[in-house]
Amino acid sequence: MITRVPNQKAWFMVLPVILLVAFNAVIPLMTVVNYSVQETFGNNVFFWEGFRWYEEVLRSERFHASMTRQIVFTSIVLLIEIPLGIAIALTMPRKGLGATLCLVLMSLPLLIPWNVVGAMWNIFALPEIGFLGHVVNSMGIDYNFTQQPISAWVTVIAMDVWHWTSLVVLLSYAGLTAIPEAFYHAAQIDTATKWQIFRYIQLPKIKHVLTIAILLRFMDSFMIYTEPFVLTGGGPGNSTTFLSTDLVKIALGQFDLGPAAAMSLIYFLIVLLLCWVFYTLMMRNEDQ
Amino acid sequence: MAEVRLQQIRHSYNVDAGEETEYALEKIDQVWEDGGAYALLGPSGCGKSTLLNIVSGLLQPTEGKVLFNNNDVTSTTPDQRNIAQIFQFPVVYDTMTVHDNLAFPLRNRKMGNAEIKERVKTVAEMLDLTASLNQRASGLTADGKQKISLGRGLVRSDVNIMMFDEPLTVIDPHLKWQLRTKLKQLHRQVGFTMVYVTHDQTEALTFADKVAVMFEGEVVQFGTPEELFLSPNHTFVGHFIGSPGMNFLPCELDEGFLVFSGNRIKKSAPITQPETTKKIELGVRPEFIKIDSNGFPVNIIRIDDIGRYRIVKVEHSGYFFNVYVPEEFEVPTENLRVSFDPQNTHIYCDGWLYDKKEPS
Amino acid sequence: MKRFAWMVPTLYIILLMLPIYWLVNMSFKTTNEILGTFTLWPQNFTFDNYIKIFTDRTWYQGYINSLSYVFMNTAISVTAALPAAYAFSRYKFLGDKHLFFWLLTNRMAPPAVFALPFFQLYSASGLFDTHLAVALAHCLFNIPLAVWILEGFMSGVPRELDETAYVDGYSFWRFFIKIFLPSIAAGIGVAAFFCFMFSWVELLLAKTLTSVEAKPIAATMTRTASTAGYELGLLSAAGTLTIIPGAFVIYFVRNYIAKGFALGRV
Repeated sequence: MITRVPNQKAWFMVLPVILLVAFNAVIPLMTVVNYSVQETFGNNVFFWEGFRWYEEVLRSERFHASMTRQIVFTSIVLLIEIPLGIAIALTMPRKGLGATLCLVLMSLPLLIPWNVVGAMWNIFALPEIGFLGHVVNSMGIDYNFTQQPISAWVTVIAMDVWHWTSLVVLLSYAGLTAIPEAFYHAAQIDTATKWQIFRYIQLPKIKHVLTIAILLRFMDSFMIYTEPFVLTGGGPGNSTTFLSTDLVKIALGQFDLGPAAAMSLIYFLIVLLLCWVFYTLMMRNEDQ
Repeated sequence: MAEVRLQQIRHSYNVDAGEETEYALEKIDQVWEDGGAYALLGPSGCGKSTLLNIVSGLLQPTEGKVLFNNNDVTSTTPDQRNIAQIFQFPVVYDTMTVHDNLAFPLRNRKMGNAEIKERVKTVAEMLDLTASLNQRASGLTADGKQKISLGRGLVRSDVNIMMFDEPLTVIDPHLKWQLRTKLKQLHRQVGFTMVYVTHDQTEALTFADKVAVMFEGEVVQFGTPEELFLSPNHTFVGHFIGSPGMNFLPCELDEGFLVFSGNRIKKSAPITQPETTKKIELGVRPEFIKIDSNGFPVNIIRIDDIGRYRIVKVEHSGYFFNVYVPEEFEVPTENLRVSFDPQNTHIYCDGWLYDKKEPS
Repeated sequence: MKRFAWMVPTLYIILLMLPIYWLVNMSFKTTNEILGTFTLWPQNFTFDNYIKIFTDRTWYQGYINSLSYVFMNTAISVTAALPAAYAFSRYKFLGDKHLFFWLLTNRMAPPAVFALPFFQLYSASGLFDTHLAVALAHCLFNIPLAVWILEGFMSGVPRELDETAYVDGYSFWRFFIKIFLPSIAAGIGVAAFFCFMFSWVELLLAKTLTSVEAKPIAATMTRTASTAGYELGLLSAAGTLTIIPGAFVIYFVRNYIAKGFALGRV
């Protein structure tokens, strides 16, 4: 551990960062707060509305619907990606050419622009033209993600799993490779089964990176916008409209500043709150 | 408990070993008796950990055989050899309690619950862990965790050999002594064959009945602590054992006498001349150089006061060596004269002991 | 059982490559073939789609724009983050913990929340539709990330290095640039990689803040999908081209990927 020396001049070193981030964070946020408590009919004339927008948003059916869809989506996605990611990391080679090849190929989905991910899956899943669409339909299953909500959900989830599981794999893999050989030797000497090795050695030892993986996946899936938007546009109807999609529709589409702003803040606060809860829960287990 | 034999072990980490490849281990032949306490002592890189892993089965040797009680186990896996190994850092199952940690190997061997409880209790008592039995293993200190590692080896009754790979590395210095004593005590109690690998001579010499000193992949001497101290086989052993180590000075053999810089160090028996091309040195420990008014003069370079004794660094004809002076003796500031104890001055030829005592 | 373990990552990788393969496949087909028949590889192999992109300014400009603001952002983020990370790693100052935490919360901000305010802010600052705008906007989440990663690496360098340099008479900045930075070269690489990654893939803000001059390739692609109907071949070619920079970057940092993640600081 580095012992840190008190030095108030350090503020100068942090200044560029503060300026850049504050410019992007504080001013817009203040604008949002401003809008959230006011009403405007154009021409830059504002009227104080107090908490009216917050109440409206919190009571609106539309918000509840988006929120529900978002929660369901995030839950499903987490439930699939985390165990899957760990399982794949467990079976990957630990060193050599195979390991590098695996890592490079698995990282590829993570570096594709999000709109291309959406477009790619759009093309991939088209009923006649796309590989997936064609194959599934030729198996006798009626599959059309542009018309059926269920198909749309399945496709969106499949896309997210395809896109982000690698992140969990990479993080888990890093954690696993950090475990010293000696632990496996000792387990071998104790005649432990593979399951016991996983439960008593591997899982506890990757807890830290796993927490990060879960937090990141939770955050990013809760804020997801581009990929589902490009894939389904939020439809059919609004069956795949999640929170971000909805918010952008209201803000940039309808220019309903007040409600958009209120929703923004509620959204932000929810994310922060849930992150904090997750983090504390996982860290508490560690201290026990 | 088993007798362990190592026959003609050679090992190289290069997959295709040819004549020029570097061998981590060169021709190791050892017999470790059933129930003995042994140490593998040597600096980093001398091959001791490699040898340990070959004995435990974590590594297959390039050449040679490993025998437990005359059974060839060279190609078996660690769990088939019934060994126990304690590593450099504590290896415990963090999420389990101390009790469950100790019970783990027994449960895997399908022992009955009552019996498991008994054994765990006994071993916990041996290791002073009884108070923390229901605590989570992750909460213990480093030495506590090493004791758990130790315990997991002790609970099993079928252990052929117990191996320690520098187990005190992460232990606090003032606790090292405690744990060391505990290990020796345990050996007497349990009687397993134990092998202790370390680079620390104190640990090796206090634990083992016999120590194998290793250097560059070879065992240069295998003997009791006394043998290692009094008649080192090799200059390396002389350097390594003792603090400070043996002094080595160039010398000549003249008419059966050992001569250092013109001073005759009498030898009790006349010695044959080795070939003149070889490097000849004499080796004498600082403890066997005494202040002697009849000896030869030396200049004092430095005096280090260790407390109970002093180490005096002296110079004679351009050669430096150390003298051990117990606290009762005064060190004269001028005209210091010393002499070497002829019984404990040895001759080394190209690093190896030349004047071995003939068995009488 | 162990023998078949290799099948899991292999299967996974095959599944990962499938949609990508399909995209590349489409990019070499003519629109007729795409809409007409279902074929696993192009019957009438054509480079037409790629030629169009490389010759039509509205297309290739999109790539240039995207790469421009990504590189700008990476440079700005890492440069600003370096002294800040050093300060967090080495010094105690008033409000340091709170500042660090505040920085991290920005990573948790939904971009959707900022879409509209950014639009107004950057318009008002006269930065709308410039590469700089997107580069600056991405700083919102890239700088906290860069600071977090760099601080982690810097804490691994012992203070003694700093102190020795001072004793040897180095001025602070000379020490920082000539001695300290080389010692955390891997960390700078990891931070730059993640900044590149998150800026390259992010599109909501990039689209919101641009219209014509600095239009990223993403915007060009979505325009195609809606106006020209289904020019799937062209779209696929455009998409395939966006995968290439990513592949390049991964290849260069392949040795650091696991190590960087190992710090646990993504």
